[in-house]
Amino acid sequence: MDAIFLQILNGLDKGSAYALIALGLTLIFGTLGVVNFAHGALFMIGSFCAVTLSKILTLSTVTLDPTKTDFLGNPLKVKTPYVVEWFGESTGNAMIDWSVPLAILFAIPVMLLLGWVMERGLIKHFYKRPHADQILVTFGLAIVIQEIVKATYGANPIPTPAPDQFVGSYNVGALIGLDASYPYWRMIYFGFSVTIIAAVFSFLKFTTFGMVVRAGMADRETVGMLGINIDKRFTIMFGVAAAVAGLAGVMYTPINSPNYHQGMDFLVLSFVVVVVGGMGSLPGAVLAGFLLGTLESFASMNEVKGFFEALYLPSIDQIIIYLVAIIILLTRPRGLLGRAGVMEE
Amino acid sequence: MGILEVQNVNKSFGGLKALQNVNLDIEEGTIHAIIGPNGAGKSTLLNCFVGKLVPDTGTVMFDGKSLLGIKPHEINQTGVSRVFQTPEIFSELTVAENVLIPCFAKRDGAFTLNALSRVTGEVDVREKAEQMLIDVSMEDKKDMLASSLSRGDKRRLEMAMCLSQDPKLLLLDEPTAGMARADTNNTIELLAQIQERRHITMAVIEHDMHVVFSLAQKISVLAQGTVIAEDLPENIKGHPKVQEAYLGGAH
Amino acid sequence: MKHLSKTDKSTFILVAILALLAPFILNPFPEGSAMAQFNAGYPDLMQRFAIFGILAIGFNILFGLTGYLSFGHAAFLGVGSYSAVWMFKLLSMNIVPAIILSVIVAGVFSLLIGFICLRRSGIYFSILTLMFAQMSYSLAYSVLTPLTNGETGLQVYNDDPQYLMGPNSSEVTNLFGLEMRSTFTLDVGPWAFQFNLGYYVCALFLLLAFYIAIRIFRSPFGLMLRAIKTNQTRLNYTGLNSRPYTLAAFVISGMYAGLAGGLMASMDPLAGAERMYWTASGEIVLMTILGGVGTLLGPVLGAGFIKYFENIFSKINDTVLHTWFSILPDGLENAIVWVLHFFVGKGWHLTLGLLFMMIVIFLPGGLMEGGQKIMNKIRGKKKNDKDGGAKAAATPAE
Repeated sequence: MDAIFLQILNGLDKGSAYALIALGLTLIFGTLGVVNFAHGALFMIGSFCAVTLSKILTLSTVTLDPTKTDFLGNPLKVKTPYVVEWFGESTGNAMIDWSVPLAILFAIPVMLLLGWVMERGLIKHFYKRPHADQILVTFGLAIVIQEIVKATYGANPIPTPAPDQFVGSYNVGALIGLDASYPYWRMIYFGFSVTIIAAVFSFLKFTTFGMVVRAGMADRETVGMLGINIDKRFTIMFGVAAAVAGLAGVMYTPINSPNYHQGMDFLVLSFVVVVVGGMGSLPGAVLAGFLLGTLESFASMNEVKGFFEALYLPSIDQIIIYLVAIIILLTRPRGLLGRAGVMEE
Repeated sequence: MGILEVQNVNKSFGGLKALQNVNLDIEEGTIHAIIGPNGAGKSTLLNCFVGKLVPDTGTVMFDGKSLLGIKPHEINQTGVSRVFQTPEIFSELTVAENVLIPCFAKRDGAFTLNALSRVTGEVDVREKAEQMLIDVSMEDKKDMLASSLSRGDKRRLEMAMCLSQDPKLLLLDEPTAGMARADTNNTIELLAQIQERRHITMAVIEHDMHVVFSLAQKISVLAQGTVIAEDLPENIKGHPKVQEAYLGGAH
Repeated sequence: MKHLSKTDKSTFILVAILALLAPFILNPFPEGSAMAQFNAGYPDLMQRFAIFGILAIGFNILFGLTGYLSFGHAAFLGVGSYSAVWMFKLLSMNIVPAIILSVIVAGVFSLLIGFICLRRSGIYFSILTLMFAQMSYSLAYSVLTPLTNGETGLQVYNDDPQYLMGPNSSEVTNLFGLEMRSTFTLDVGPWAFQFNLGYYVCALFLLLAFYIAIRIFRSPFGLMLRAIKTNQTRLNYTGLNSRPYTLAAFVISGMYAGLAGGLMASMDPLAGAERMYWTASGEIVLMTILGGVGTLLGPVLGAGFIKYFENIFSKINDTVLHTWFSILPDGLENAIVWVLHFFVGKGWHLTLGLLFMMIVIFLPGGLMEGGQKIMNKIRGKKKNDKDGGAKAAATPAE
């Protein structure tokens, strides 16, 4: 029981990332009909927002401390971050320690702006072009973004830790009489994702803006004929989708050190999630994200691996997601929660 | 016994009953017009013949075989060709290539892996396609891209494509919609000629009464999903039900 | 050859001449000169030109003719490589059985994947192929380690059975004893032209692949594939079943990729999973689009272009840049080098990505369209643009 419970927990954080990226992909596909191959790159940029902020916060002045000397007898160089100088010791150090959560504030405007620029500057010109061209141009953009990040930050992963309080783990299992300790930050990540998902859904459900967007997703032409500027709203939704991917990236940094190719790595899995959930279905994307994340972590359990070994079969944890996707597509092409007709042409 | 027999066909979309107990009998070698006000279910009926839609109940028999549950290309291979309301042509190919394709389909069936012979070397097919283009007087446009044709020419090309398959039944969905009077008359002439020369059975959906009464040997009137009259053209003109459907519906 | 039209025949002969004389053509600069680093006439690179040319030609049969954009072609390349290396391990280092098996296995594999993916079209098809490719990558990378040797990659070891290996058999890849690596160097003055057997094997396969592609383009089958691209609905209502046509195109193009993979292993008997990663499939797409999708010559051109500049650009580092711009004042020199630094050397992929975006945005027909536009402009000036309108309509795929 302990192991199973732990695997469910383990699936949740990866599932959260899948769900958030897939949610953004679906928002873009549902509103603008574009399959955004650069969406993984947005997730990656989010991660690097956190890296950048932590770098900015640790920018330091170098002063000489005459009271201490290094082993050569020269006065010791002391680095003092500007934030410490400006805000005082405790506030400054706390800001550095909390750079990842603080990066949320930094990432939101950056991602919104980036999404807006992407849509207005590039993708807008591709609505009337064939779908293949939309895929190709966003794929090209993904390469460009990835290479710029690589040129700027180097090819190695950059460890970006969570605040000190959240390092370590907590025995969540004890709450329900089991033994399963789980890292704090992963719990926070899960909670954060649920919050974001809830925020996006309530935004679409309860605001006038969101209602117009949903109406536009269902029938763009009619909404357009009502004299509502649906294009502008869709552009904003593109920005929102970019921000969701970016935030998923920001908060993911303590779990997985940011690297330039993480976008490409997550992109394909997110497509699988979208397809399994049902192309264009927001709840489907979320459901499939968590489902596949959990499934993946179950398949990597030693017991499951042992079971396959006993049957002289290779362990399938690396491909379980794809296998499930193929089975679903063969039996129910529209996906779990997809509308009739979707993926069935 | 007609070549196309439609019996008790019903089709509904959600709550909307698009077709109710439709019966239709198209005799071989005739031009049969299907008329009716907008939304009467004419196009739905046509879609049921070519496999685009499957009726909820009823039968559609063509030449003694059922057309239900088989795919569009299989229906076409039994001898049913369709001209669409908005021309469906291969717009990125040349006019000549557009006509070659149905000729190959007629000769080689639904699939042949004919990957190493040359299109230009297939003399029989090419001659047939060229003759077809001459028949519809488009031979001077054969190297043009189909997308650069005028609307009338596109429709004429689509007709040529269908005719080059020597269909037993040709379905025409508003063949003159959006055409100028002169073009309409040309089309009427063309269809009449085809009928005379090849004795192809045709089912024509048409709004333009001039076209209908110039061509049709028999007329079925569809209103609100049911056939309200099926008769010779001269009897349809004064038919009280038809007048009611057209005039009553308008007022 | 009698099956080709006049233009096709001359295109084919042109490609044949270029391929056979490549060791001369790609080696225009004398050894030791400053420009020698722009030479491409050495075996390894020339082999890559031919191999990626085959790959792109094959991909173009699918994407260029039918419009089905596959993002999973690298999977077939990888499968071809693995099959070839297994032949080396089990039989001998002769490349003939290796290449035959790689084509067959890739064909069967693509039949399987195509059968499932082609149930959908458009973006759905692209996503499905992407998924399959990535699954194949994972299979090769970890799940099927006994078959693929996982992370390390599959290679030939001394204790491999090699049942057909005689006491005198060559230890390196060969064609009935002729070793792929054997190279004849012709010294003419300061030039050194290298004639490598491996390259000529690849070049012959390239010509064969190109010849078959021309035949397919001009065949009724090719016509049907182009018809699928422009209007699949009409095709179905014209009595043609589009599914077997697209499947055939998919399998043919998968076999081309398998051939390329087999050749790759024949030149260097290694096979690794990274060849199957989905971005590798993206590179194939890039080549084809860059050269000119749907044209005969475009894909070969694109493959050559990318492989050439990949090779040249990655050689240019900051030191090279500094020597180039050393005549400029220091400040300016440093500024220019700093900017260019992002685009050359390791930054080549950035240049490629930008170039690719430019092509997709402004020149969807690729280099071929660009060339044609320039030609038209030159001709237009001479002819005073009299028949510009009438000609515009007739631009069949060349």
